[in-house]
Amino acid sequence: MLWQQIANGISIGSIYALITMGLAMVYGILRILHVAHAGIYTIGAYIGLYLFNLTESFLISSIFSMALCAVIGVAIQRFVYYPLLRFPPFVPLIAGIAMFLSIGEICRLIAGPYPLSFPVVIRLPSINVAGVSIAPIQVLIFSVTAVILLFQWFLTSKTSFGLMMRATSQDMEMAEASGVDSKKVVALTFALGSAFAAIAGILVGINYNQVYPSMGDMPAYKSLALIVVGGLSSVPGAVIASLLLGMAETLLIGYAEIPLPRDALAFIAMIVVILLKPQGLLGRRG
Amino acid sequence: MGYLYTVLTTLMINSIAVLGLNIILGYAGQISLGHAAFMGIGAYASALLSTKAGFPFWFSFPLAVLISAVIGFLLGLPSLRVRDDFLAITTIGINFIVQAIFLYVPFFGAALGIGGIPKPRIGEFVFRGGYYSLIVLIVLLVGIILSFKFYRSWAGLASETIREDELAANVIGINPVRFKLMAFVLGSAYAGASGALYAHFMGFISSDDFSFPLSVTFLSMLVFGGVGTIKGSIIGAFFLGALPEILRPLAQYRLLFYGFLLLLMLRFCPGGLASLIRLRK
Repeated sequence: MLWQQIANGISIGSIYALITMGLAMVYGILRILHVAHAGIYTIGAYIGLYLFNLTESFLISSIFSMALCAVIGVAIQRFVYYPLLRFPPFVPLIAGIAMFLSIGEICRLIAGPYPLSFPVVIRLPSINVAGVSIAPIQVLIFSVTAVILLFQWFLTSKTSFGLMMRATSQDMEMAEASGVDSKKVVALTFALGSAFAAIAGILVGINYNQVYPSMGDMPAYKSLALIVVGGLSSVPGAVIASLLLGMAETLLIGYAEIPLPRDALAFIAMIVVILLKPQGLLGRRG
Repeated sequence: MGYLYTVLTTLMINSIAVLGLNIILGYAGQISLGHAAFMGIGAYASALLSTKAGFPFWFSFPLAVLISAVIGFLLGLPSLRVRDDFLAITTIGINFIVQAIFLYVPFFGAALGIGGIPKPRIGEFVFRGGYYSLIVLIVLLVGIILSFKFYRSWAGLASETIREDELAANVIGINPVRFKLMAFVLGSAYAGASGALYAHFMGFISSDDFSFPLSVTFLSMLVFGGVGTIKGSIIGAFFLGALPEILRPLAQYRLLFYGFLLLLMLRFCPGGLASLIRLRK
């Protein structure tokens, strides 16, 4: 029972990680709290669902959805955030919230307020190890997350693009002075983060078999709490925080009687971490 | 006339909250995304004091303002010690946590909310309708004067310096945390006052009245009117507050409308409506 709960917790945490990674990447590079990121997650789920209904193929629909969301992410960065960078940080933050609200409402107007079902049959085996059963969708979630984490690690630590990314997030002006095309780096960061958010949206849609306009609401604010816990711009920190929260949620719901909803837990955890360790789990000082 | 008083009172109550947000965001440059939570704290405090403890409005109202300020102090203290962006995120968290507490703890009425909140009275005379609007108007005027005084005071100047350049402020001996906290506490007190007025105005409150979208609405009002100015806060609160009343069919698209309005405003007119009015002169 305990191991089963832990497995369920990790699968929820993996999805949090996919959403939160993009947010941590964007914060690392532009110092913006990109609330509209969860809007992209919602759009990703909708595009994935529509394409799936057209093509009947999970693979094609998710690849196209990721590509389209990457374009949308870059467009948001280019037309919403970029012109606002010279203002104090709360201006892009408010713009992000406005963008996020608008995306949710547009989805509601186009697709209707009711949840749509996402009927994908995953042709993967379910795994049974010592009484712990892992459903096909969870196998899919684990493998997608693992692939994306490996890809992200490889990209940032082994390629020249990763080097440019790290340089830009250290100091954009210095990076530019030493020949890094920071505009391109920023655009690619948004593209990657948005693609990750899109696949997270699709996986959540399949997992709960529903896609609805306000599905981004909780991830939007929970993922902010998660990047704070992880150390704001640290991608590994965000991933660890996400996995921990996923497990904490399932275990606390399973074993402890807490009179508060699980969504409030993330924020309580966040405030406790800020009190004890103001720079977050893996954050640097300053 | 009853309808007009209702709309006018609501707009004035919103204005008080937005004035408070202006002190936090406009003067001190700190973003609070949990302003509705402090409004809720004021509303619940005043409602509980007058229904459970039986205090008259004249006692429960100032006490509720004080309670909101104290909670603002306790919650602001940890988040103001760290970087700017933390405050935005912690205040979102505060909004969700406070709302969850109101919704789940039986002492706060849980899902049923709190009903039967009495109107203020002196002896046999009950302040209802236009008379209640008068009380709200007086609080609003006091709020405006206080906000003006704060802006012109040493603390207001210090807050402005911190907003412009925290490092420079530090160098000339201004303690940023102290003044940020002062602005945050004062702003929370405004929100508490508006919440308490709201509770006695409606007679019934529930946790839904103080959810996160309301915080975003206050922020929209402030940005729309013009961050950093008293007239901007009031113009924004009145304009965005009255718009759904004037354009009834818009109500369903309110959020989309707010979203686009905010984006356009930030992009093309960051000074808000107040700055347009100044330009025309």
